[in-house]
Amino acid sequence: MSQSYNRGLIEDFGRWREFSAGMWAWIFHKFTGWVLVGYLFTHIAVLSTALSGAAPYTNTIQALESLLVVRILEVGLLAVAVFHILNGLRLLFVDLGVGLEAQDKSFYASLILTGVIVVASVPTFLAGVSI
Amino acid sequence: MAERYTSFEPGGTRWLWQRLTAAFLVIVLAFHFFLLHFVNHADEVTFAMSQARMQELTYFSLMILFLVTATFHGVNGVYNALVNQGLSGSRKTAVKAILGIASLVLIVQGVRTAIAWAGGVPI
Repeated sequence: MSQSYNRGLIEDFGRWREFSAGMWAWIFHKFTGWVLVGYLFTHIAVLSTALSGAAPYTNTIQALESLLVVRILEVGLLAVAVFHILNGLRLLFVDLGVGLEAQDKSFYASLILTGVIVVASVPTFLAGVSI
Repeated sequence: MAERYTSFEPGGTRWLWQRLTAAFLVIVLAFHFFLLHFVNHADEVTFAMSQARMQELTYFSLMILFLVTATFHGVNGVYNALVNQGLSGSRKTAVKAILGIASLVLIVQGVRTAIAWAGGVPI
């Protein structure tokens, strides 16, 4: 049986205190999506230094990766990407008719798993950076 | 009857393609992060290492497919979010055209970069 999940307009951000887990999942998925598509354009722009030759590319990447702020931003990017992947899997399953009843629990699981993966990845992401 | 909470058109192919590209991207994005941050490390990146990977046809074609699917998924997602926020009429048409051009530029630039690394299409 189809059920109605009408909880009002999500785009009305002013009533965020009333938001349920699924509505937060929707907002986080949109936000992480905007960040990822923005990053995609930036990523291709930076990688395009390869068009100028080997040395400009290697120098650009190594200069960027030597900055602590870039490494911290990369950890942020990992967090955004991991959440988008895990919540995306949750959405794909719900679309296939699996787990709609537990959609709030799977959202919390996505958040917790994202946190665990990101924290565990911090040493690797900061390796070799000069402060 | 449940209300529809989506701005995708009923039975539309954009909805289906968003899901199909999502399923592909879940795997390839995870692979991309793993390979370029855990197998290879950020402070060791060189043109030669990128070149060695890109000269493999399997990797080259996977990255081109990754670029195309990520661009579609991202730009289609942005378009859908804007429609959700109430974009309509001629502004909707204009945004659609701008996003289409931006996608094309991104894909062309990405393919040019991949070819520069590989020194040509690695067939």
